Amino acid sequence: MCAAGKYSSRGPALIPRMKTKHRIYYITLFTVVLLGLIATGMFQFWPHSIESTAEWTLEKGSVHDAPLIRLPVSSPIPERGDLSCRMHTCFDVYRCGYNPKNRIKVYIYPLQRFVDELGVPISSTGLSREYNELLSSISDSDFYTDDVTRACLFIPSIDVLNQNSLRIRETAQALAVLPRWDKGMNHLLFNMLPGGPPDYNTALDVPRDRALLAGGGFSTWTYRQGYDVSIPVYSPLSADVVLSERQPGPRHYFILSSQTAIHREYRAELERLKEENGEALLLLDKCSNLSQGAAIARKRCYKGQVYEYPEVLQESSFCVVLRGARLGQAALSDVLQAGCVPVILADSYILPFSEVLDWKRASVVIPEEKLSEMYTILKSIPHRQVEEMQRQARWFWEAYFSSMKAIGLTTLQIINDRIYPYAARTYEQWNNPPVVKWSSVNSPLFLPLIPPRAPGFTAVVLTYDRVESLFRVITEISKVPSLAKLLVVWNNQNKSPPEGEKKFKCPECTAIDGLSLDQTHMVERSECINKFATVFGTMPLKVVEHRADPVLYKDDFPEKLKSFPNIGSL
Amino acid sequence: MERCSRGHMQAKKRYLILVSAGACLVLLFYLGGLQLPAARSRHGRSRIEQPWPHYSDPLQVFLPWDQTDTEEYNLHISPRQKRDVNRSVYKSKRCRMDSCFDFSPCQKNGFKVYVYPQQKGEKISESYQNILSIIEGSRFYTSDPGQACLFVLSVDTLDRDQLSPQYVHNLKTKVQSLPLWNDGRNHLIFNLYSGTWPDYTEDLGFDIGQAMLAKASISTENFRPSFDVSIPLFSKEHPRTGGERGYLKYNTIPPFRKYMLVFKGKRYLTGIGSDARNALYHVHNGEDVVLLTTCKHGKDWQKHKDARCDKDNAEYDKFDYKEMLHNSTFCLVPRGRRLGSFRFLEALQAACVPVMLSNGWELPFSEIIDWNTAAVIGDERLLLQIPTTVHSIHQDKILSLRQQTQFLWEAYFSSVEKIVLTTLEIIQDRVLEHGSRSSLMWNSHPGGLFALPQYSGYLGDFPFYYATLGIKLHPKFTAVIHAVSPLVSQSQPILKLLVAVAKSQYCAQIIVLWNCDKPLPAKHRWPATSVPVIVIEGENKVMSSRFLPYENILTDAVLSLDEDTVLSTTEVDFAFTVWQSFPERIVGYPARSHFWDSNKERWGYTSKWTNDYSMVLTGAAMFHRYYHYLYTHYLPTSLKNMVDQLANCEDILMNFLVSAVTKLPPIKVTQKKQYKETMMGQSSRASRWADPDHFAQRQTCMNKFASWFGTMPLIHSQMRLDPVLFKDQVSILRKKYRDIERL
Repeated sequence: MCAAGKYSSRGPALIPRMKTKHRIYYITLFTVVLLGLIATGMFQFWPHSIESTAEWTLEKGSVHDAPLIRLPVSSPIPERGDLSCRMHTCFDVYRCGYNPKNRIKVYIYPLQRFVDELGVPISSTGLSREYNELLSSISDSDFYTDDVTRACLFIPSIDVLNQNSLRIRETAQALAVLPRWDKGMNHLLFNMLPGGPPDYNTALDVPRDRALLAGGGFSTWTYRQGYDVSIPVYSPLSADVVLSERQPGPRHYFILSSQTAIHREYRAELERLKEENGEALLLLDKCSNLSQGAAIARKRCYKGQVYEYPEVLQESSFCVVLRGARLGQAALSDVLQAGCVPVILADSYILPFSEVLDWKRASVVIPEEKLSEMYTILKSIPHRQVEEMQRQARWFWEAYFSSMKAIGLTTLQIINDRIYPYAARTYEQWNNPPVVKWSSVNSPLFLPLIPPRAPGFTAVVLTYDRVESLFRVITEISKVPSLAKLLVVWNNQNKSPPEGEKKFKCPECTAIDGLSLDQTHMVERSECINKFATVFGTMPLKVVEHRADPVLYKDDFPEKLKSFPNIGSL
Repeated sequence: MERCSRGHMQAKKRYLILVSAGACLVLLFYLGGLQLPAARSRHGRSRIEQPWPHYSDPLQVFLPWDQTDTEEYNLHISPRQKRDVNRSVYKSKRCRMDSCFDFSPCQKNGFKVYVYPQQKGEKISESYQNILSIIEGSRFYTSDPGQACLFVLSVDTLDRDQLSPQYVHNLKTKVQSLPLWNDGRNHLIFNLYSGTWPDYTEDLGFDIGQAMLAKASISTENFRPSFDVSIPLFSKEHPRTGGERGYLKYNTIPPFRKYMLVFKGKRYLTGIGSDARNALYHVHNGEDVVLLTTCKHGKDWQKHKDARCDKDNAEYDKFDYKEMLHNSTFCLVPRGRRLGSFRFLEALQAACVPVMLSNGWELPFSEIIDWNTAAVIGDERLLLQIPTTVHSIHQDKILSLRQQTQFLWEAYFSSVEKIVLTTLEIIQDRVLEHGSRSSLMWNSHPGGLFALPQYSGYLGDFPFYYATLGIKLHPKFTAVIHAVSPLVSQSQPILKLLVAVAKSQYCAQIIVLWNCDKPLPAKHRWPATSVPVIVIEGENKVMSSRFLPYENILTDAVLSLDEDTVLSTTEVDFAFTVWQSFPERIVGYPARSHFWDSNKERWGYTSKWTNDYSMVLTGAAMFHRYYHYLYTHYLPTSLKNMVDQLANCEDILMNFLVSAVTKLPPIKVTQKKQYKETMMGQSSRASRWADPDHFAQRQTCMNKFASWFGTMPLIHSQMRLDPVLFKDQVSILRKKYRDIERL
């Protein structure tokens, strides 16, 4: 046998050279292998001196090693941010390009410590724990690229989550000196607490040119629909407290108010509601007798009685989330975590991720002015809807609120969906909790259509070797007027199909009249059903007791006048 | 031969090299693989993979505990004041419902719409006339401005292109002089065209004050979210009611059509909106991507014509627009001079998935429609990528996009009525905030116009979402017996019926609707049953009251019965099990059919035994309780009054309604043979059926109903559902529903 030609058509021409040089090949090969092994061994067992370069110390993770950047007073300040910005006007889509995965690439700037001319940092906190978590999770995700030239979206490592800890002007200057800033084009900033005293703006006050803002607490007047992303205010309790999911259902209290900084006008209104409806309402406030500190965040009080927060939220069907100075409230996250239905009273507030989440299925939004009618409004909601909302609320928290990672990646997915809208996640993917995903049935042919008869149908006949019954089927079926095509699938490797009109005799097959009489056959089919059900994870088949017949089937009516007279006559 | 064997040896050696090299590589990977995760866990990833170093310093939290409260702020600013400030600051271009809309009249009187009386001599275009008459005929209409939540002008604002013959002059003074104008507060202004050549601005040429716009071709820049409504551009030929059905008659799999992407339209050589269309030729390949433009439009096209014009024009004439539309998977919808174009609706109707190329267009009804499910939103800047993009879309997705075009077309766009009602419903949803539709209700069958949120906020209370949400149906039904004759003897059919129905294992309760002029019979006159029997005295004793959404009905299913209906327990049981498989349809016994009488040019009604049917009489039918609500609140008073006056046709109207919603025929189940005889025989209501007028009335009803629906919603079916072993040659003892075939 000669097989050489099969491997390479160039074979013969190569042979002389191969022959003289193959010794050298072996030597080279083994050298390479040896070197490779040595290198690997060194990498594996060498004490870590190999990492003691400047870069590696930074890798060890200390923010103090980040380079210090001094901003001159005259350093340029970006423009305030254009309210008319939209993806098609302020976003450079060419940087994202076409890619088969339909996924944007996100670059994160390396950490730098910005200080003003006098050496005072631009932020009192520097990099916060949460922003570090956010950036870490993005850098671990599929969105991440370390190649700045291939990036579609840029995330500065300047932490602007909380405007309170920022020096506005200097932060803006720091943004402007980022090497790829380019008027903020394709830059994304995360901010959860915008504005500051006295009037608390609803969007970050740091001038930011065209940068996109993922903000917690947007109002309809500052939110640039389809450009900005409305995000939740992360609640630190999400990480500290484990609240196990409770079955949806009625709770001890009907309405619970647990926020501590409620304006006195609203608190008075709530007190009035409490007077009218008594025990159904629980109105909690800060505990005055406890010392200040982190512990106070975990306690709430009512007339001297102390309640654990956020655990107490699980005891109520509805939980009030009232606006404070800011529209976005971290309490929303706690409420959702507890599976309590949030009753949101914050006029003009853009709910978190409202671009993709259907809040109507998870919350009740009531205008601030109608706080006094809250009880009546909530009472009118059917029980089963409350249960669905409880389940939905908890699911929203798990999927989109529970960690900085969830918040960050959801934001990126929303932006990704805008850039590749044809590959966007669907409403069902965003909104259906896993339990619905498992139990729902979504037919790929969902449009109610009654197809016309004209195109007819195609008959597909599967056959093994029972030729006689095959021919009987073919003869019968071909009488049907609406038959468009008949397809015979010959499922037998040992015989070739019969040709033309020639008839086969098959003595052994006539002996068995139908496989279904065979006992082992039935057992096998039961096994199949069990196997399939295991793989599907559920039994998708449904039992019905009806059968479709023609309207006049077996009716006492002249057969001649029936459309399908001889059905069931066999 | 010699060369060959040498070659063979060489091949052997090469194998050896390959194998050893492979082995080495495996070894390397193995070692490397072991090493990598170890390194990762110890000190973050290597520089190349992982530049964000997961800082492990003890970092500060972003929200210190002492900052969670903002009490200081609370001391200074009153929320009430803050709301007032917002209301005074955010006006005109920054209008929102919170700042430019007065909710109070809507909360007092519900969502009522007032239309200003038309001034004599005022010229109104046909399209605007249609809009006004639809509002006046809708259930939102009020003739009393004191009751109104929303005001609609009677002066035509549709065409604000100064060069158009429809342009209304002096609009400013006309509007300002309206006594109820109130700076446009709670007013809704419809507009299709604004601005004119050359810049086509979106200005209407008069101060709209705080009024809301329902406008076509509105840009995201000018669109005031949740305040304006973006409507589709429609032609003056667009049907007032009803409207054509979608083009898709059946699904094909795989879902590809002859062309992948088509376009045929004008090319603007210069000026606004010309860029997108001028570049189309780059993408045209004459095979599966056919994008044709013509320069021939306007008076002086020759003046601007460029080198490609003649060639393009020749190619343009070779293709038929309709043919292309119906034979393409995707249809390009590039912007014209304005952002929206007729092409959008045309593509939607033709089940040709629109590929939008109109940057900054706020798509029609964007507030409620998830356009990603029915269109491909392209970017004008990425025109050259469009063919790759559409080719990359998986066929499952195409199948779903295409079906969704048809759903949306029929739900919201096929007639002016639907466009106007959708606009009003969107605004109503905003006004009744907590009782509004979820996105699922708007974007899935049967759509927002048929899913009324005032009925219930819980999706499981509707017949449409059981499958999509995996919700289980209520396992029982409520029987509603419509009683019209006095109770005189204990052998009356109604009593037999009551007993038979109560015996059904699925029966939760029986409601007797006493629509008889005689007073209610004493409680003991009713037979003792295992299920509760509730007797309700009918309001005004009118026919429509049998479909009122009684609060006592707590089950999903309602078994609607006439007092003289003869049914056995088995029949009822069987009907209910069938209905559980088809909760959105009417499932019942006696069926009727409609037909088009071409001699009289009208719809005909027949009760003959035929091979098909399109209605199931509600004297013995099972359907979802939601249809009680829909019958009462969706249908216009005019039709309900007609039914009440004739004391007839209520069943036809119910069938019209349910088929209009489901786009499917009702379902007939087997009945015992005796049914027919009794039904038409000696029973007390035989008089009603024997009356020749009765039949003629039903013909009239049919035509009246069809004209209100704007189309004939009834659909024929040839199918009857029988119990599985019905009349099969097996022992009757093996049959569960054996009574049905016993005579």
